[in-house]
Amino acid sequence: MESLRIPILKIGDVLIASIQVALHDASAVQFKDDLLQRIYETKARGLIVDLTAVDVVDSFIGRLISDIASMAGLMGTRVVITGLQPAVAITLVELGLELPRVLTALNLEKGLAALQRQVEESGDGAG
Amino acid sequence: MAQGKAAVIRSDLDIVIARTLARDTAKSLGFGAIDQARIATAVSELARNVFLYAGTGTVTVREVERGGRRGIEVICEDQGPGISSIDLVMQDGYSTSRGMGMGLPGAKRLMDEFEIRSQEGVGTTIICRKWRM
Repeated sequence: MESLRIPILKIGDVLIASIQVALHDASAVQFKDDLLQRIYETKARGLIVDLTAVDVVDSFIGRLISDIASMAGLMGTRVVITGLQPAVAITLVELGLELPRVLTALNLEKGLAALQRQVEESGDGAG
Repeated sequence: MAQGKAAVIRSDLDIVIARTLARDTAKSLGFGAIDQARIATAVSELARNVFLYAGTGTVTVREVERGGRRGIEVICEDQGPGISSIDLVMQDGYSTSRGMGMGLPGAKRLMDEFEIRSQEGVGTTIICRKWRM
């Protein structure tokens, strides 16, 4: 069965992916692979994964988000997760998944600002 | 008492179907948004365990009543290999697969009551409940 593909948009040197559908495991793994491939192809310095429309994050998706941040980080791309709903934040912590090493922001706008600061701090301004 | 609705777990797509069923049922029983997310997440963990360890099974969701309180009951059954040490699988971080070992203990924390019965070679039944405030 063909899995759902999440569109990955490029704006400047930032990639933005907004998850708008209920991800099953295979499509979530496909999403991770697609993101890393797009980072490699575009040499994006930042990635935002927007979860505004996501109402359930279980341990599988939680781990995947954490993996995406670690893997993109290894490639030199900063990742910000944005738009976590209150119910999702509560269930993640109760589940035992606090995603300590993942940078988050309230919404897309604040996420972009956070990425910009990260990129400036890391001193690789002009690419 | 309502008979409840069941989702058959055969693939990872069915995990999404089971948690959607749980969320819709919780909503219709008057649970708030945060409890709906807790219940849907717990069901997602249980259904994934069925898929990963037993391959197939069922998740049944229904209304329960006890002592004037109303709630939701989730029954998760499979005829898989069973669990050799329930104490071990209920520990945070224990996993025999690609999971994080958060599935069962996490689901237990998200629900109010959690019972697990398992026999090696026969299967596993997990019954959990959440009560409305």
